[in-house]
Amino acid sequence: MNWGVFEGLLSGVNKYSTAFGRIWLSLVFIFRLLVYVVAAERVWSDDHKDFDCNTRQPGCTNVCFDHFFPISHIRLWALQLILVTCPSLLVIMHVAYREDREKKNREKNGENCPRLYSNTGKKHGGLWWTYLLSLIFKAGVDVVFLYIFYHFYRNYTLPRLVKCELPPCPNVVDCFISRPTEKNIFTLFMVVTACICIVLSLIEAAYLIGKR
Amino acid sequence: MDWGTLQAVLGGVNKHSTSIGKIWLTVLFIFRIMILVVAAERVWGDEQQDFVCNTLQPGCRNVCYDHFFPISHIRLWALQLIFVSTPALLVAMHVAYRRHEKKRRFRNGEKIDIEELKNEKVHIRGPLWWTYTSSIFFRIVFEAVFMYVFYYMYDGYQMPRLVKCNAWPCPNTVDCFVSRPTEKTTFTIFMLAVSGICMMLNLAELCYLVMKICMKESRKTT
Repeated sequence: MNWGVFEGLLSGVNKYSTAFGRIWLSLVFIFRLLVYVVAAERVWSDDHKDFDCNTRQPGCTNVCFDHFFPISHIRLWALQLILVTCPSLLVIMHVAYREDREKKNREKNGENCPRLYSNTGKKHGGLWWTYLLSLIFKAGVDVVFLYIFYHFYRNYTLPRLVKCELPPCPNVVDCFISRPTEKNIFTLFMVVTACICIVLSLIEAAYLIGKR
Repeated sequence: MDWGTLQAVLGGVNKHSTSIGKIWLTVLFIFRIMILVVAAERVWGDEQQDFVCNTLQPGCRNVCYDHFFPISHIRLWALQLIFVSTPALLVAMHVAYRRHEKKRRFRNGEKIDIEELKNEKVHIRGPLWWTYTSSIFFRIVFEAVFMYVFYYMYDGYQMPRLVKCNAWPCPNTVDCFVSRPTEKTTFTIFMLAVSGICMMLNLAELCYLVMKICMKESRKTT
């Protein structure tokens, strides 16, 4: 189970999405997931090894790293990408449920009975609500994670130098973060794409409500 | 042989599960296996290298690491996921056995459509109901056992920043520092919460199956 398999699962939702939904999905796959896998993961791969503190005291580096990076950006983005794409699975499951009901109805009443749904994929009734709720959930998840990032890493940037005085560090020790500029650029990129995705989701929600 | 193989095997079980079973399978794949592979494995990737002890004594770090981490969280989770997914294979085997029986009857002269046989949705009744229910029961038991094993081995679900170690050959009580303790605690609690959710789903499915059978029996007797 990896990103490729997950992507395969989600491509199915394209059929039942509006145009905005398809743009959103492409944005997420190309500008968020692909950038995450091919670039961002490498930038953060040595973050613990190359976090250097100006002390020989064993344990000081570990403790300072843990204090300044309670959860690494990379892990937060992995969680965010999984949570943001899951609501689309709800839509797929709802359509599968409708098709299952249709099949059972035909089995019970014969081939020529009136159909329950004119088109199982059309966003009417329950499916409209599922789709709308999925849009709201997606926007909500992105907003929550933007807030979490802001809470942990002020202004979404990492400084080059942090000062640390936790035990067992003997005094106030200078610690240097590895590749801060590259990390800032990628963080900014992911924040901007998350904002674009939130705006797209909200526009799509407004479009759905307006169309009804 | 990797998680993809397990996924291929369990994907087949999806057809014969109840709705709750399908949700359980989705939660298992996306929130447990996928999180394990894409995130948790990286967090624990450098755990021995960055386990630092305040001593130059050779061997002390190794011994202390081994004492405090007899089995790493990652390996325990991998075992847990394998054990918890295996009961579903019992159901798959039972369904395959039923199909085999039907094919045998076809060869002995009864008229059965082969295509229909392959695509037929197997209803959960009779002996299959017992197999399915016992598989859910075993899943619940395995989840509970592993949750307890985690709690027992690591004295709770929190990863400490500092552990004090005086195993030989450490010269005295030595401070050892764990790498990324906060991130590890976060993931441990996340995996625990998802295990709890899976257990609730299994209990709900068990209740649903038992109620369905009771309602059927009461309809038969009235």
